[in-house]
Amino acid sequence: MRKHLLATYSALALLFLHAPLLILIVFSFNAGRFTRWEGLSLHWYRAAMADPQLADGLLNSVIVALIAATVSTLIGTAAAYGMWRHRAPWLSGSLYLSLVTPEIVTGVSLLALFQWTFRFLHLHLGLATVIIAHIAFSIAYVTIVISARLRNCDRSLEEAAMDLGATEWAAFRRVTLPLIAPAVAAAGLLALVVSFDDYVITSLVAGVDSETLPMVIYAMARRGVSPVVNAVSALIVVAFGIIILISQHLQAEDESPT
Amino acid sequence: MRRALLLPARLWIALFFAAPLAIICAYSLLTRGDYGGVETPWTLESFARLADPLYLAILWRSLWISTLATALCALLGFPLALFIARAGRHKNLYLQLVLLPFWTSFLVRTYAWIFILRDTGLINTVLSSLGLIAKPLPLLYNDGAVLIGLVYNFLPFFVLPMFATLERLDPSLMEAAADLGARPLSTLRRVILPLSAPGFVAGAVLVFIPCLGAYLTPDLLGGGKSVMVGNLIQNQFTTARDWPFGSAASLILMLASAVLLAAVMRSRTARELI
Repeated sequence: MRKHLLATYSALALLFLHAPLLILIVFSFNAGRFTRWEGLSLHWYRAAMADPQLADGLLNSVIVALIAATVSTLIGTAAAYGMWRHRAPWLSGSLYLSLVTPEIVTGVSLLALFQWTFRFLHLHLGLATVIIAHIAFSIAYVTIVISARLRNCDRSLEEAAMDLGATEWAAFRRVTLPLIAPAVAAAGLLALVVSFDDYVITSLVAGVDSETLPMVIYAMARRGVSPVVNAVSALIVVAFGIIILISQHLQAEDESPT
Repeated sequence: MRRALLLPARLWIALFFAAPLAIICAYSLLTRGDYGGVETPWTLESFARLADPLYLAILWRSLWISTLATALCALLGFPLALFIARAGRHKNLYLQLVLLPFWTSFLVRTYAWIFILRDTGLINTVLSSLGLIAKPLPLLYNDGAVLIGLVYNFLPFFVLPMFATLERLDPSLMEAAADLGARPLSTLRRVILPLSAPGFVAGAVLVFIPCLGAYLTPDLLGGGKSVMVGNLIQNQFTTARDWPFGSAASLILMLASAVLLAAVMRSRTARELI
């Protein structure tokens, strides 16, 4: 009896977590404009595809996410590998602090930095400032994922390789890198999603010509009722879901003993 | 050689995380310029203005909404975590089910609630077509909507550490309690709940901190009527153009988050869970 109660309660909690997104996806296929079911249609998906603002936003988001994920994965992997032997309390402390800093604070402080810099340099807010900001907040995610993997790696393997005549670089490239490769890929995918999704920081450091997809969606959601937002949201949910499942699969592979 | 590997991260974090915070610290002590921006003289006036009743009300609302959201997450999350911890071989599947919505876009998750709660939204449409209401219930743009959004967005933050705690409990303790004649409810109250205290602490802090600093949820679901500190800060840096005041509020918010986290991190068990 009590067991059923717990199971029912948990099922309701899981329903609470999943129902909103499922409802959103279902209604993205609704023929009508309102929340009354009027038949199956791909109308809103076609409308979303045809919307030039969404297309611009998507292009900007893809550019930003690809560059930010690549750079932050390189920087984060190097940092995690470096911290594997040399303790770097200040760096790891700052990385954790950057994770718990409210996004709005990170955003306004970066805005303050950029505005201050622009007094001396004739630049303006745009894609470049967005990319810089995204790299800054993605490094922590990457470093944490890769550090977790390195913690399970045996350091003596590299030492053995060097005893056998490998240079430090060769030992890394041929011994440690293959061991952490799945984690590097997982971290890169995570950074991609984190960057692609960000609205708060981006909205503060983006210029007029650098609206990302979340900014376009936000503006649409603010303007009010448009099932086009449902269609785009459904696509994002599915795309993110796939990327995250791959990323978690790669991280889970890591946990098997080497 | 290895130290050189740390250099790019050190540089990037110093330039684009630490330096911006330093600028905020400096701005919080300056005076607002005539056309936005900041000017000397140095002053503590921005911090003093936070004590203005108008702003105290916003700080107060942020605190109680976050507290309530944390309590609701505990109420929903503890039984869920207990269920998952006892789910045997389906454990990982359920854990994935908790995490999956969390990894879909934050913006989309918040938008989903607009779709459900607004005047022409799902709940109002269903209720009015059933003839239960004559005019739409005002579900969106109030504290309740913000609360739902926060609980929805941060529930996984509570479930994960709670699950980790419950999973580590020695099952023989529960068996011993049962053997000694304890009924399930008193085992829960006198054995499981006290032993899961670290999970409650870790989960509560992990929910409370992002709630306190929330911006997007109160912005979209509160619609300007349920303002929290995050919205106050955003407003000072955009429309109001009072950078010193926005900086002071940012520092207070950041300090509160860091102090809370540091307090919890002093406990070893909590550290392992976070």
